Amino acid sequence: MDSLKYTSLAELVALAQARKERISDVVIIDQAAQAEDIPQALYDKMLHNYQVMMESIDKGTDPNLKSTSGLTGGDAAKLHQAYQRKRTLTGSFMSGAIWRALAVSELNASMGRIVAAPTAGSCGILPAAVATMREEHNISEFNCVMSLFTASAVGMVIANNASLAGASGGCQAECGSASAMAAAAIVEMAGGSPEMVDHAVAIVLKCTLGLVCDPVAGLVEIPCIKRNASGVTTAFMAAEMALAGITSHIPADEVIVAMKRVGDLMPVALRETADGGLATTPTGEKLRRQVFGDGPIVGCACKGPAHQ
Amino acid sequence: MNVFDILGPVMIGPSSSHTAGAARLGLVARRLAGEAPVAATIYLHGSFAKTYKGHGTDRALVAGILGMRPDDERLRDALTLAEEAGMGVQFIPTDFDDAHPNTAEIHLTDASGHTSSMRGESIGGGNIHISRINGLPVSLSGEYYTLIVIHRDVPGAIAAVTDLLSEAGANICHFDLSRQSRGGEAVMSISVDSIDADTGAALCKKIDALPGIDSCISIQPIG
Repeated sequence: MDSLKYTSLAELVALAQARKERISDVVIIDQAAQAEDIPQALYDKMLHNYQVMMESIDKGTDPNLKSTSGLTGGDAAKLHQAYQRKRTLTGSFMSGAIWRALAVSELNASMGRIVAAPTAGSCGILPAAVATMREEHNISEFNCVMSLFTASAVGMVIANNASLAGASGGCQAECGSASAMAAAAIVEMAGGSPEMVDHAVAIVLKCTLGLVCDPVAGLVEIPCIKRNASGVTTAFMAAEMALAGITSHIPADEVIVAMKRVGDLMPVALRETADGGLATTPTGEKLRRQVFGDGPIVGCACKGPAHQ
Repeated sequence: MNVFDILGPVMIGPSSSHTAGAARLGLVARRLAGEAPVAATIYLHGSFAKTYKGHGTDRALVAGILGMRPDDERLRDALTLAEEAGMGVQFIPTDFDDAHPNTAEIHLTDASGHTSSMRGESIGGGNIHISRINGLPVSLSGEYYTLIVIHRDVPGAIAAVTDLLSEAGANICHFDLSRQSRGGEAVMSISVDSIDADTGAALCKKIDALPGIDSCISIQPIG
């Protein structure tokens, strides 16, 4: 087999369907061949990532967590408490997904250990999606780990056609991509078809299209942490629709191209420079001065050129 | 690109450029110095100069200098750990003209007074580029086993070095040469595909003994 180029999700879907396999099965075989290694070695490496992700959820739930800047921390613990007392509006499923995303993202801001997925700024979405599926639907560890290969393949297709960096594509490139990756993983874990994965990815990206990157004080905290919570709920929404047979009128590959074009049209002030959006609100400015004093800020907190 | 470029690295937050990349820069500086430093002076440029405290870049750089990897959970306590280890640390925000926004120049001094310096950039996703070693321009990523050879700009110097590499069965994947003036001091940075640390060290010793070579420093890959 020729090695895959990860330039089209439709191609990947067609290949998986032709072989009657999951996307993750196709991807792990291809990636092992490209790395001149055995699939088990890649699985083990992914298992390590999975374990770090699960640890980061636990550690991020600490009520005493505080970010380096002092601006954020402890929110995951608040929702986790309500979850434990069964006093949530949306039940254990959705509230669980939300506190898990907050936990990982808050841990990141407090200099804890996380897996960039695909970036540090969007690191809460995928682990929250996978852990919630494991918890609510008894998904096996094996299938959780395998779903991360499908998620990564979606990330590669986005990286090859658009961007994963807030500095080039705005938040749609970071949290949007992470949500698309999470939706793909969820659909596969739930037993959905490769075609359903395509539709879930398309639906997520349509809903995050145009999301700007406007971090207060240039830090990966406000609004990044709450956008991780938003990202995981969008992923579940899209997966739910796709699994019911709802299709996206615009195919995922075309949505990704639209995402690239939207990113290119986005002013620099809204691409991680902290020169617009929430960063330049009166409170955003006040918080910036609180952390850094009165100088101007140059923000860059992302996966940069490597993925542009 | 592979799946682990998308899912990964495992790192200490909050930002792959400001913490993971910074820790790697510190680690290269430490490997270059060889001995444990007693003093570190760190010049910061651009975004690093402006936001190093809020992003924890200061802690990440020092963690690297202390020998920690980017996923070491002690990274957040690196400033305290440096103090406990008896290493003095000074941060100096500066302006290196048109350098990359995330640039740091690290000067280290060990107990015997030996000094070394390294300038590098955190270029995104935790990846780094090293642009100066001991004031001389170089170009390397820290991704591969690398030999830094400081030598005289004379005919045959490169051939003598690459002959030894060839004998050792080391395949060169990146070669970079710069000189201060014709016949003056020059530096080769040579990255090679996987060789073990012992072979590399022995090779470096042999290169060191060649005529026209001032010194050879080996830097292990930064995982």
